[in-house]
Amino acid sequence: MAENKDGCVKPSKGPILAAVESPAASPVITKEVPKVQARVGKPAPDFELAALVGGGFKNIKLSDYKGKWIVICFYPGDFTFV
Amino acid sequence: MSAVAVKYAELQELGVEVFAISTDSRFSHKIWQEEELSKMVPGGVPFPLLSDQGGRVGTVYGVYDEDAGVDIRGRFLIDPDFNLRAMEVLTPEVGRNVSELIRQVKAFQHVRATGEVTPSGWQPGKPTLTPGPDLAGKVWKVWKPDSAF
Repeated sequence: MAENKDGCVKPSKGPILAAVESPAASPVITKEVPKVQARVGKPAPDFELAALVGGGFKNIKLSDYKGKWIVICFYPGDFTFV
Repeated sequence: MSAVAVKYAELQELGVEVFAISTDSRFSHKIWQEEELSKMVPGGVPFPLLSDQGGRVGTVYGVYDEDAGVDIRGRFLIDPDFNLRAMEVLTPEVGRNVSELIRQVKAFQHVRATGEVTPSGWQPGKPTLTPGPDLAGKVWKVWKPDSAF
Protein backbone atom coordinates (compact mmCIF):
# COMPACT_ATOMS: atom_id res chain seq x y z
CA MET A 1 0.00 0.00 0.00
CA ALA A 2 1.46 3.33 -1.02
CA GLU A 3 1.90 6.01 1.62
CA ASN A 4 -0.83 8.57 1.46
CA LYS A 5 1.01 11.44 3.07
CA ASP A 6 2.00 13.14 -0.19
CA GLY A 7 -1.11 15.14 -0.99
CA CYS A 8 0.45 16.86 -3.97
CA VAL A 9 2.70 14.45 -5.85
CA LYS A 10 5.59 16.14 -7.59
CA PRO A 11 4.94 16.59 -11.31
CA SER A 12 5.67 13.46 -13.30
CA LYS A 13 8.03 13.58 -16.24
CA GLY A 14 5.71 12.01 -18.83
CA PRO A 15 7.52 10.35 -21.72
CA ILE A 16 11.25 9.94 -21.13
CA LEU A 17 12.71 10.31 -24.58
CA ALA A 18 16.26 9.65 -25.65
CA ALA A 19 18.20 12.91 -25.82
CA VAL A 20 18.40 14.21 -29.35
CA GLU A 21 21.85 15.51 -30.14
CA SER A 22 21.47 19.02 -31.45
CA PRO A 23 24.28 20.38 -33.59
CA ALA A 24 25.79 23.19 -31.55
CA ALA A 25 26.12 25.43 -34.58
CA SER A 26 22.53 24.94 -35.71
CA PRO A 27 20.72 28.27 -35.79
CA VAL A 28 17.32 26.57 -36.03
CA ILE A 29 15.69 25.98 -32.68
CA THR A 30 12.98 23.34 -32.89
CA LYS A 31 10.97 21.90 -30.04
CA GLU A 32 11.11 18.11 -30.17
CA VAL A 33 7.57 16.81 -30.52
CA PRO A 34 7.06 13.28 -29.21
CA LYS A 35 6.38 10.96 -32.13
CA VAL A 36 5.12 7.43 -32.06
CA GLN A 37 8.02 5.30 -30.83
CA ALA A 38 6.24 2.05 -29.95
CA ARG A 39 7.44 -0.71 -32.29
CA VAL A 40 7.31 -4.43 -31.58
CA GLY A 41 10.78 -5.90 -31.17
CA LYS A 42 12.18 -2.49 -30.17
CA PRO A 43 12.80 -1.07 -26.69
CA ALA A 44 9.61 0.07 -24.96
CA PRO A 45 9.29 3.87 -24.66
CA ASP A 46 9.97 4.79 -21.04
CA PHE A 47 7.83 7.21 -19.01
CA GLU A 48 7.05 8.45 -15.53
CA LEU A 49 3.43 9.17 -14.57
CA ALA A 50 1.47 10.02 -11.43
CA ALA A 51 -0.56 7.02 -10.27
CA LEU A 52 -3.13 5.76 -7.82
CA VAL A 53 -1.46 2.82 -6.06
CA GLY A 54 -3.50 1.11 -3.36
CA GLY A 55 -5.21 4.05 -1.67
CA GLY A 56 -2.39 6.54 -2.19
CA PHE A 57 -0.64 8.54 -4.87
CA LYS A 58 2.89 8.11 -6.17
CA ASN A 59 4.82 8.52 -9.40
CA ILE A 60 5.60 5.35 -11.36
CA LYS A 61 8.57 5.07 -13.73
CA LEU A 62 8.15 2.19 -16.16
CA SER A 63 11.85 1.30 -16.41
CA ASP A 64 11.93 0.65 -12.64
CA TYR A 65 10.16 -2.61 -13.58
CA LYS A 66 12.81 -3.69 -16.09
CA GLY A 67 13.47 -7.41 -15.61
CA LYS A 68 9.78 -8.27 -15.27
CA TRP A 69 7.08 -8.94 -17.82
CA ILE A 70 4.95 -5.79 -18.06
CA VAL A 71 1.48 -5.18 -19.48
CA ILE A 72 0.28 -1.62 -19.96
CA CYS A 73 -3.36 -1.01 -20.83
CA PHE A 74 -4.49 2.36 -22.12
CA TYR A 75 -8.23 2.99 -21.80
CA PRO A 76 -10.38 5.96 -22.87
CA GLY A 77 -11.47 7.10 -19.44
CA ASP A 78 -12.63 6.40 -15.94
CA PHE A 79 -16.37 5.60 -15.73
CA THR A 80 -16.50 4.29 -19.30
CA PHE A 81 -18.52 1.18 -19.94
CA VAL A 82 -16.53 -1.64 -21.56
CA MET B 1 -10.26 -2.99 -16.37
CA SER B 2 -12.28 -5.12 -14.00
CA ALA B 3 -11.86 -8.11 -16.34
CA VAL B 4 -8.08 -7.76 -16.05
CA ALA B 5 -8.50 -7.52 -12.28
CA VAL B 6 -10.36 -10.85 -12.19
CA LYS B 7 -7.43 -12.52 -13.98
CA TYR B 8 -4.82 -10.57 -12.03
CA ALA B 9 -3.81 -13.54 -9.85
CA GLU B 10 -3.04 -15.60 -12.96
CA LEU B 11 -1.04 -12.71 -14.45
CA GLN B 12 0.91 -12.40 -11.20
CA GLU B 13 1.67 -16.13 -11.26
CA LEU B 14 3.15 -15.55 -14.71
CA GLY B 15 5.28 -12.75 -13.23
CA VAL B 16 3.43 -9.96 -15.04
CA GLU B 17 3.15 -6.40 -13.70
CA VAL B 18 0.01 -4.60 -14.88
CA PHE B 19 -0.44 -0.84 -15.30
CA ALA B 20 -3.59 0.88 -16.54
CA ILE B 21 -3.34 4.35 -18.06
CA SER B 22 -5.89 6.99 -19.03
CA THR B 23 -5.83 10.75 -19.43
CA ASP B 24 -7.86 11.17 -16.23
CA SER B 25 -6.29 12.71 -13.13
CA ARG B 26 -5.19 10.53 -10.23
CA PHE B 27 -8.03 12.07 -8.24
CA SER B 28 -10.55 10.81 -10.80
CA HIS B 29 -8.90 7.37 -10.62
CA LYS B 30 -9.36 7.37 -6.85
CA ILE B 31 -13.06 8.19 -7.00
CA TRP B 32 -13.67 5.64 -9.82
CA GLN B 33 -11.89 3.00 -7.75
CA GLU B 34 -13.89 3.85 -4.62
CA GLU B 35 -17.30 4.41 -6.21
CA GLU B 36 -17.43 1.82 -8.98
CA LEU B 37 -14.47 -0.55 -9.45
CA SER B 38 -14.51 -1.64 -5.82
CA LYS B 39 -18.13 -2.77 -6.36
CA MET B 40 -17.16 -4.94 -9.35
CA VAL B 41 -13.97 -6.35 -7.82
CA PRO B 42 -13.59 -6.72 -4.03
CA GLY B 43 -11.05 -4.14 -2.85
CA GLY B 44 -10.96 -2.47 -6.27
CA VAL B 45 -8.54 -3.19 -9.10
CA PRO B 46 -5.24 -4.45 -7.62
CA PHE B 47 -2.91 -2.70 -10.07
CA PRO B 48 -1.86 0.98 -10.33
CA LEU B 49 -3.98 3.43 -12.34
CA LEU B 50 -1.70 5.93 -14.07
CA SER B 51 -2.57 9.45 -15.15
CA ASP B 52 -1.47 10.55 -18.64
CA GLN B 53 -2.89 14.08 -18.56
CA GLY B 54 -2.30 15.72 -21.92
CA GLY B 55 -1.83 12.36 -23.60
CA ARG B 56 1.93 12.76 -24.01
CA VAL B 57 2.71 9.14 -23.17
CA GLY B 58 -0.24 7.97 -25.28
CA THR B 59 1.20 9.96 -28.17
CA VAL B 60 4.54 8.14 -27.93
CA TYR B 61 2.67 4.80 -27.84
CA GLY B 62 0.46 5.82 -30.78
CA VAL B 63 -2.85 5.60 -28.91
CA TYR B 64 -3.64 9.26 -28.17
CA ASP B 65 -6.68 10.51 -30.10
CA GLU B 66 -6.14 14.27 -30.42
CA ASP B 67 -9.72 14.93 -31.54
CA ALA B 68 -11.26 13.17 -28.55
CA GLY B 69 -8.48 14.11 -26.14
CA VAL B 70 -8.22 10.56 -24.78
CA ASP B 71 -5.97 7.51 -24.99
CA ILE B 72 -7.87 4.87 -26.96
CA ARG B 73 -7.77 1.19 -25.95
CA GLY B 74 -4.27 -0.13 -26.42
CA ARG B 75 -2.54 -3.06 -24.76
CA PHE B 76 1.24 -3.46 -24.83
CA LEU B 77 3.32 -6.43 -23.64
CA ILE B 78 6.94 -5.77 -22.64
CA ASP B 79 9.52 -8.52 -21.96
CA PRO B 80 12.14 -8.58 -19.15
CA ASP B 81 14.71 -7.00 -21.50
CA PHE B 82 12.31 -4.02 -21.77
CA ASN B 83 11.54 -4.75 -25.42
CA LEU B 84 8.01 -4.37 -26.71
CA ARG B 85 6.69 -7.79 -27.77
CA ALA B 86 3.03 -7.25 -28.66
CA MET B 87 0.48 -4.52 -29.06
CA GLU B 88 -3.25 -4.44 -29.69
CA VAL B 89 -5.14 -1.22 -30.32
CA LEU B 90 -8.93 -0.95 -30.59
CA THR B 91 -11.39 1.91 -30.97
CA PRO B 92 -13.19 2.57 -27.68
CA GLU B 93 -16.48 0.74 -28.27
CA VAL B 94 -15.06 -2.80 -28.17
CA GLY B 95 -13.32 -4.12 -25.07
CA ARG B 96 -10.30 -6.41 -25.04
CA ASN B 97 -9.96 -10.15 -24.41
CA VAL B 98 -7.88 -10.87 -21.31
CA SER B 99 -7.67 -14.58 -22.16
CA GLU B 100 -5.84 -13.71 -25.38
CA LEU B 101 -3.42 -11.53 -23.42
CA ILE B 102 -2.65 -14.45 -21.10
CA ARG B 103 -2.17 -16.79 -24.08
CA GLN B 104 0.33 -14.36 -25.60
CA VAL B 105 2.24 -14.01 -22.32
CA LYS B 106 2.53 -17.81 -22.06
CA ALA B 107 3.60 -18.10 -25.70
CA PHE B 108 6.28 -15.39 -25.42
CA GLN B 109 7.55 -16.92 -22.18
CA HIS B 110 7.72 -20.36 -23.84
CA VAL B 111 9.63 -18.95 -26.82
CA ARG B 112 12.03 -17.14 -24.52
CA ALA B 113 12.67 -20.28 -22.47
CA THR B 114 13.01 -22.79 -25.33
CA GLY B 115 13.91 -20.97 -28.55
CA GLU B 116 11.01 -22.76 -30.24
CA VAL B 117 8.33 -20.78 -32.04
CA THR B 118 4.59 -21.08 -31.49
CA PRO B 119 2.25 -21.46 -34.47
CA SER B 120 -1.13 -19.76 -34.86
CA GLY B 121 -3.49 -20.30 -31.95
CA TRP B 122 -0.87 -22.05 -29.83
CA GLN B 123 -1.80 -22.96 -26.28
CA PRO B 124 0.47 -24.62 -23.67
CA GLY B 125 0.68 -28.35 -24.51
CA LYS B 126 0.13 -27.86 -28.23
CA PRO B 127 2.95 -28.55 -30.71
CA THR B 128 5.60 -25.91 -31.32
CA LEU B 129 7.94 -25.54 -34.26
CA THR B 130 11.74 -25.44 -34.28
CA PRO B 131 12.81 -23.19 -37.14
CA GLY B 132 15.69 -24.33 -39.32
CA PRO B 133 16.61 -25.44 -42.83
CA ASP B 134 15.02 -28.87 -42.33
CA LEU B 135 11.63 -27.34 -41.62
CA ALA B 136 11.48 -25.28 -44.80
CA GLY B 137 8.63 -26.55 -46.94
CA LYS B 138 7.82 -29.26 -44.37
CA VAL B 139 5.60 -27.37 -41.93
CA TRP B 140 2.62 -29.24 -43.41
CA LYS B 141 4.08 -32.50 -42.05
CA VAL B 142 4.26 -31.34 -38.45
CA TRP B 143 1.48 -28.79 -38.15
CA LYS B 144 -2.12 -28.77 -39.41
CA PRO B 145 -4.28 -25.61 -39.59
CA ASP B 146 -6.84 -27.36 -37.38
CA SER B 147 -4.28 -27.15 -34.56
CA ALA B 148 -4.91 -23.41 -34.41
CA PHE B 149 -8.33 -23.94 -32.84
